[in-house]
Amino acid sequence: MRLTGAEITIQCLQEEGVEYVFGYPGGAVLHIYDALFNQDKVKHILVRHEQAALHAADAYARATGRPGVALVTSGPGVTNAVTGIATAYMDSIPMVVITGQVPTPAIGLDAFQEVDTVGITRPCVKHNFLVKQVDELAATIKKAFYVAASGRPGPVLVDIPKDVSQHLAEFSYPKTVSLRSYAPVNKGHSGQIKKAVQMLLEARRPMIYTGGGVILGDAAPALTRLVKSLGFPCTNTLMGLGGYPGTDPQFVGMLGMHGTYEANLAMQHCDVLLAVGARFDDRVIGNPQHFYSEERRIIHVDIDPSSISKRVRVDVPIVGNINDVLDEMQKLIDASAARPDAAALKDWWKQIGEWRTRDCLRYDRTSAIIKPQSVVEKLYEVTGGDAIITSDVGQHQMWAAQYYKFDKPRRWLNSGGLGTMGFGLPAAMGAQLAHPDATVACVTGEASIQMCIQELSTCKQYHLPVKIINLNNRYLGMVRQWQQILHGNRYSESYMDALPDFVKLAESYGHVGVRVEQPADVEPALREAFALKDRVVFMDFITDQTENVFPMVKAGQGLTEMLLGAEDL
Amino acid sequence: MEANRPMRHILSLLLENEAGALSRVAGLFSARGYNIESLTVAPTEDPTLSRMTVVTSGSEEVIEQITKQLNKLIDVVKVFDLQEGRHIERELMLVKVRAEGKDREELKRTADIFRGRIVDVTDRTYTIELTGPRDKLDAFLEAIDRGLILETVRTGASGIGRGEWILRV
Repeated sequence: MRLTGAEITIQCLQEEGVEYVFGYPGGAVLHIYDALFNQDKVKHILVRHEQAALHAADAYARATGRPGVALVTSGPGVTNAVTGIATAYMDSIPMVVITGQVPTPAIGLDAFQEVDTVGITRPCVKHNFLVKQVDELAATIKKAFYVAASGRPGPVLVDIPKDVSQHLAEFSYPKTVSLRSYAPVNKGHSGQIKKAVQMLLEARRPMIYTGGGVILGDAAPALTRLVKSLGFPCTNTLMGLGGYPGTDPQFVGMLGMHGTYEANLAMQHCDVLLAVGARFDDRVIGNPQHFYSEERRIIHVDIDPSSISKRVRVDVPIVGNINDVLDEMQKLIDASAARPDAAALKDWWKQIGEWRTRDCLRYDRTSAIIKPQSVVEKLYEVTGGDAIITSDVGQHQMWAAQYYKFDKPRRWLNSGGLGTMGFGLPAAMGAQLAHPDATVACVTGEASIQMCIQELSTCKQYHLPVKIINLNNRYLGMVRQWQQILHGNRYSESYMDALPDFVKLAESYGHVGVRVEQPADVEPALREAFALKDRVVFMDFITDQTENVFPMVKAGQGLTEMLLGAEDL
Repeated sequence: MEANRPMRHILSLLLENEAGALSRVAGLFSARGYNIESLTVAPTEDPTLSRMTVVTSGSEEVIEQITKQLNKLIDVVKVFDLQEGRHIERELMLVKVRAEGKDREELKRTADIFRGRIVDVTDRTYTIELTGPRDKLDAFLEAIDRGLILETVRTGASGIGRGEWILRV
């Protein structure tokens, strides 16, 4: 069967079982859009800005585990998409990004809407391809899906020149793909796993620290089983929330710059640390010199060898598929007669219990002004803890992470690595399309939401009834917080003046807008909004301008050097 | 502390002979702030593969990260640190020198001592070809009068393991 490159592209997406393509048409992809028009298996979601296409595809992948797909045109289509590609890259999200390119004879001649797409995106993709011959197209797309989803996942970009999308080739979709230069390790080293289990069983002050790798590797059930059977405390990174049930007593909260007192101290003072699918990054352990301890031995399980011993030297590295490694650990533990020293473990839990009594997430619940934390707590209650929560970046993101207890994986979608403002709303769209019956809420702030607010229009077009929880403090809150604490209260350019009337703005897009100004109105407003199952509701909560996120570890410091509240400033 | 001292390493790579493979490697070094002393690349007897030699320096930890990051690149098929075994390092240098009067004989003699060859001659210049490890080429440049050097061009090091050890797919 001879098809055009454009038809081949769409056929490949069909073969891969792609449900949605998020994109925006333009000159270089017109043939591909034409091929989309002539079929109805792959549905296209027309966003209002390419950045949003990438974020929505990314969130679709985060919510389902299947690669997200985006389609943009050459030149500005690509440059607008770069933020979204980099966001996915930093969080290891599987995505296939198809970009149009100027026709091959025009490449390099500064043609209209030409950029060096492969060059621009090279540092923020797992891999990219420029397809120069139509007969390589199908095999290239097959490779792109394989590379994106296997090993440590990531975005893969396929750049298709316009003439390639027009030329004819015989189409057959390869069933398998093998690359001599790419063979991700799956099975962990048995000897190392044995050593790790022995170390865990001999621990006196154990700690289990897990990250986004548990979510990406669908290893939450295996992790939960392991933590339960050992009786050890467990903490999750920002990216790892939901990997272990947030309501379980063995969960000590998120760790890191805005982690709980008990999680951070347990990280610092444990004698055996099991790190799973996490990468000891600067926002998690702070300064590695401060983190270092003679007494602590570290086991690190990760699918990416380069994540191991990058910032922190580890004692037992295990490269492998997390789910399989945890399963193998479980089998060894189940088969072993040895058990962790019960008395030592009891003392350790007693110590953790004492740390917990600091009640580090307390805040003023009697305030006459709405406290942002209380909005997230009420959101948790009203949604029964069962919503998919997306967020943007800043204080609201940290409050959502701290106060919404995620019991399941793939319910908390945020830009952890790149920290991309503007992620939240398009991510909510992607999540809602992936799970049409789920409750999806975007926790955001008045600054972040404006970075992709045009997507309210996309929500209208595709009937995506997401709920927007705007924690409006009229400041770039996290910037203001750092300026208060680290820059002598000099609030340089962090005040958000001239804000729109969000209620009217939402209404102008055909949505419901609500402004909430009184603490007593928070819960009723949320209940009313979530009862409107088929509508977008934009809730503008006017919150305390001076509230800060605590605990806080200042950049460059150690995990024990936490500020716990205004009294520590 | 010994492990933290930056050491010179010669990394041998086999990579797919594809457009962009070189820029992926070069980009990785600049993006992550690794040193490159030299980098050479050319296709091998198998035209689908290129062989690259990168000379870099760093602590053991940095070299370990460089090796892991290189291995992560999809176009990179194999990475080997030649420092881990006995190896041969060679670099080619062409030096154009001012060769007049009594310098002419002196330069010829020095080139002979270093087993260099004079590959081009004019009334006033010699162009000398010299092959060897970096140190030897450096030593030659030190041995001749600096003021006579008009131009130098060096290929950067190529390396290969000694004995029966081979790097291939």
